[in-house]
Amino acid sequence: MATPLTERIRPDGTAVALRDYESAGGYRGLRKALNLAPREVIELVTKSGLRGRGGAGFPTGQKWSFVPAESDGKPRYLVVNADEKEPGTMKDRLLLEGDPHQLIEGLAIAAYAIGASTAFIFLRREYGRSAEALSAAMEEAEAKGYLGERVLGSGFKLELRLHLSSGRYMCGEETGLLNALEGKRATPRNKPPFPQVSGLWGRPTVVNNVETLCNLPHILREGPEWYKTLSSSPDAGTKLYGASGHLRAPGIWELPMGVTVRQIIEEKAGGLAEGRVLRGFIPGGASTDFLGPDKLDLSLDFDSVAKAGSRLGTGTIVALDDKTCPVGMVLSLERFFARESCGWCTPCREGLPWIVRSLEALEEGRGEMSDIDILEELCRKLAPGRTFCAFAPGAVEPLGSALKLFREDFEAHVRGKSCPWK
Amino acid sequence: MLSENERNRIAAEAAHFPDRRAAVSEALMIVQDERGWVSDEAVAEIASALDLTREEVEGMATGFELVFRRPVGKHVIMVCDSVSCWITGSDSLFAHLKERLGIGLGETSADGLFTLLPAGCLGLCEQAPAITVDGEPYGNLDAKKLDDILSRIKEGRHGDSAH
Repeated sequence: MATPLTERIRPDGTAVALRDYESAGGYRGLRKALNLAPREVIELVTKSGLRGRGGAGFPTGQKWSFVPAESDGKPRYLVVNADEKEPGTMKDRLLLEGDPHQLIEGLAIAAYAIGASTAFIFLRREYGRSAEALSAAMEEAEAKGYLGERVLGSGFKLELRLHLSSGRYMCGEETGLLNALEGKRATPRNKPPFPQVSGLWGRPTVVNNVETLCNLPHILREGPEWYKTLSSSPDAGTKLYGASGHLRAPGIWELPMGVTVRQIIEEKAGGLAEGRVLRGFIPGGASTDFLGPDKLDLSLDFDSVAKAGSRLGTGTIVALDDKTCPVGMVLSLERFFARESCGWCTPCREGLPWIVRSLEALEEGRGEMSDIDILEELCRKLAPGRTFCAFAPGAVEPLGSALKLFREDFEAHVRGKSCPWK
Repeated sequence: MLSENERNRIAAEAAHFPDRRAAVSEALMIVQDERGWVSDEAVAEIASALDLTREEVEGMATGFELVFRRPVGKHVIMVCDSVSCWITGSDSLFAHLKERLGIGLGETSADGLFTLLPAGCLGLCEQAPAITVDGEPYGNLDAKKLDDILSRIKEGRHGDSAH
């Protein structure tokens, strides 16, 4: 089983050195890209079927193709979204700490494809080890001519800056991220115009996730047909999956795109911890719908998870077991969202704290049956199309699905006037 | 007044952007790095250094979790309270730390050594429950391991357990 993104990562987690990255074929993908026209690189990546690994699964080649083909001689930007803060998600950290040159090669290929000569890595400050690994790798890459005025002696110039962001979930939303990078509050922008046309400082900009970019060196080197063979589903490539919660061996693993939930929870994570039974899970971070144990054989690719009523999201599973209160778990999720709401639009700013207060009432035994109706109503009122950006609709995905899957547990909190797990 | 060092560091960051105001986030962290926190006075000083209004800088200063708008202790403990850590016991980590340090959330211990804060997902979910102390991550925690970490820090051996 091929694991191109993680096979070089050392067991102690320290960064792969440039020498080792090169001898494993590193930077050959960039060399190959520079021998193609940017348009040909976009076509090749489109053909590979690579879909964005940040959560939305948008086809990467297509995302790039919206950048105007003709340059007007003014700047364009590539931005790496390394602001991983989706609760339950820790996959990009592994790639950032473990193999920084892979990301640098990937972002250089993307920058070349869209005609950008400046790139920013937008990294959360809490990832201190990632920052150290990247800074050291950037110096090495500049010294060897993988970055700089004439990349590998070609006419392609690439300046790379590392930006450390001081902690805000909204920066994961690409227009919020662009505002923050410009020194403004991380509120979302109107779309259109889309960033590919008018992004950072009004110039064409592409924002790509860390894992997405780390696929590019391998696609360029081995070709799109090879890339498709890595997967066991219609979605190409491998995927970094994760699992956390009360499991025997929580972790992060690179697996063929489309492995089942069972393979991750039972085989990779060793199953539930002693004496615990699986009641449900969120498949890809905090803003995805709960699924029940009847979905253990679900294939974890974008379309299959969507058909099952949730989203693949970031591919990092959080397991709910029978010794953990589902209402408490949803409260933890919604507290995060209420705290991180940027406050730009009213439904999100007011609705999420209302959800938190209602869930707190249930947990503390002060809840009434009508609170459950109010929670359902708020899920409808924060649905897609009713808020300025995708933040609030994502926030109510686990709530709405929990109200269906764990209805009897919500009602038990009201009837018993206390949390049955306390 | 910004110190000469602060002024130079901010100017160096501002030079990297097509618009100086983009350096406001770096400026806040430079001031915090030098002084430990960001006062109202410092907000005004940054505004004047970058040709911004106080409100624009304040908007950034209050918009990010790691910008401290009040003085903090020598060491800042951030306890992750997001979903994976909540499931595996962040509540008991909070309770233990509050008791050991004699403080509540957002407070600093009487000896000035520790400030206790909650944190949104730290991205250490496979090692839940997890915390950071001065940015250094610690995972798979329980009360005993927390006590070990606190004693090590008090003895000045911070970060020894880093993998």
